[in-house]
Amino acid sequence: MARISGINIPLNKRVEIGLTYIYGIGRSSANGLLTQTGISPDTYVRDLTEDEVSKLREAIERDLTVEGDLRRERSQNIKRLMEIGCYRGLRHRRGMPVRGQRTKTNARTRKGPRRMQVAGKKKATKT
Amino acid sequence: MSRSSKKGPWVEDRLMSRIEAMNAAGTKQMIKTWSRASTIFPDMVGHTIAVHDGQKHIPVFVNESMVGHKLGEFAPTRRYRGHVSSGKMR
Repeated sequence: MARISGINIPLNKRVEIGLTYIYGIGRSSANGLLTQTGISPDTYVRDLTEDEVSKLREAIERDLTVEGDLRRERSQNIKRLMEIGCYRGLRHRRGMPVRGQRTKTNARTRKGPRRMQVAGKKKATKT
Repeated sequence: MSRSSKKGPWVEDRLMSRIEAMNAAGTKQMIKTWSRASTIFPDMVGHTIAVHDGQKHIPVFVNESMVGHKLGEFAPTRRYRGHVSSGKMR
């Protein structure tokens, strides 16, 4: 089993794919790492030698922020925006889209499931 | 698209010269400005700038972490008071 940067144990996959199981590494940075370390992207993770694994580990350590560190960095960036009270921060606070998307329709990813009005609820009549 | 870095950040000249004058004199006064597009410079830290929101001027106290943002980001132009239907009917 290959343990690279903390908890990640990518399994029966090619290294190119296995590395993307690490938070902060996608296809492009995985390929970058592999060319840098001189490992073929087609080798399976289980076939990696101990030497290659440690090489990968070093390369990740050296030039990528990954997993917990990356998550912390991202949440700190958001927190900073919220603290200085700028428009983007306000949008984060309200759970609304941050980058100027329309909100008349859509924006469900940020706003969450629709809050429907109670059906058949009648408006109070003026007396 | 973001601004070309070759040009450097933009500030309204009038605003910048007033900030510089205040820094030179060591005074702190509220400056009213309509220039929401001006970038916040390190020189502005500690000053209070009243940024126009389309209706009135909103005082913004500039601190260090605001540097690099635009003044307009701190003076929202829309006011959301909630929808009628979301308030409870009696």
